[in-house]
Amino acid sequence: MEIQTKSMGLVDIVDKQIIELEQGFYGFGQYHRYALIDAVQKPFIWVQSLEKTDLAFLALDPFLFRPDYEIDIEDSLLVPLAIESPSDVLVFSLITVPGDGNPITANLQGPLIINRKNNKAIQAILADPRWQTKHDLVAESAAKRGR
Amino acid sequence: MLILSRKVNEKIMIGEDISLTIIEIRGDQVKVGVEAPKSVKVFRQEVFEAIKNENRAAAVSNPDLDSLSGIILQ
Repeated sequence: MEIQTKSMGLVDIVDKQIIELEQGFYGFGQYHRYALIDAVQKPFIWVQSLEKTDLAFLALDPFLFRPDYEIDIEDSLLVPLAIESPSDVLVFSLITVPGDGNPITANLQGPLIINRKNNKAIQAILADPRWQTKHDLVAESAAKRGR
Repeated sequence: MLILSRKVNEKIMIGEDISLTIIEIRGDQVKVGVEAPKSVKVFRQEVFEAIKNENRAAAVSNPDLDSLSGIILQ
């Protein structure tokens, strides 16, 4: 099906690109259905609302720039996702690109967690103080390459 | 809103399985113990607000996408 997107115009998607957040993202609880679309700038992806065209989040696999990233969530919070195997789980960090020239950051404290078997998803909040809402993407990627 | 006062070591019950205990009062700080089922999400309000604010900031990002190219080496 074709959908209208915030930044890529009309895009053709298939059902398996659609995820469903029963609770929505924090602050956006009224929107539940999003499509995952590869951005032109890989490996970034767009998490595009199907209910509100101008609502879209840029996202990234956090392990690409922080191989030491860890997610520890109470199993009970994952019940809505009905995860059967850890290999079914996809994790993305939402990316903030400030308009004022400040660094591009990734939110590692509130990851998007998806069960790719049934496309159910939640935004988790991690308790580990290592993971914050603003991780400088450039600085921390450079640190990774330096290692 | 319910407003009530409690002394140290006194509890507040929320429903049958969530309790708040006043553990210590020192100056303008109060230490509170929260007991709740694991399925109940308990956060400091700032954490919750930080996630909401960051989501809002992420949603208004109107990226100069060229600046993203090459940031992440695969």
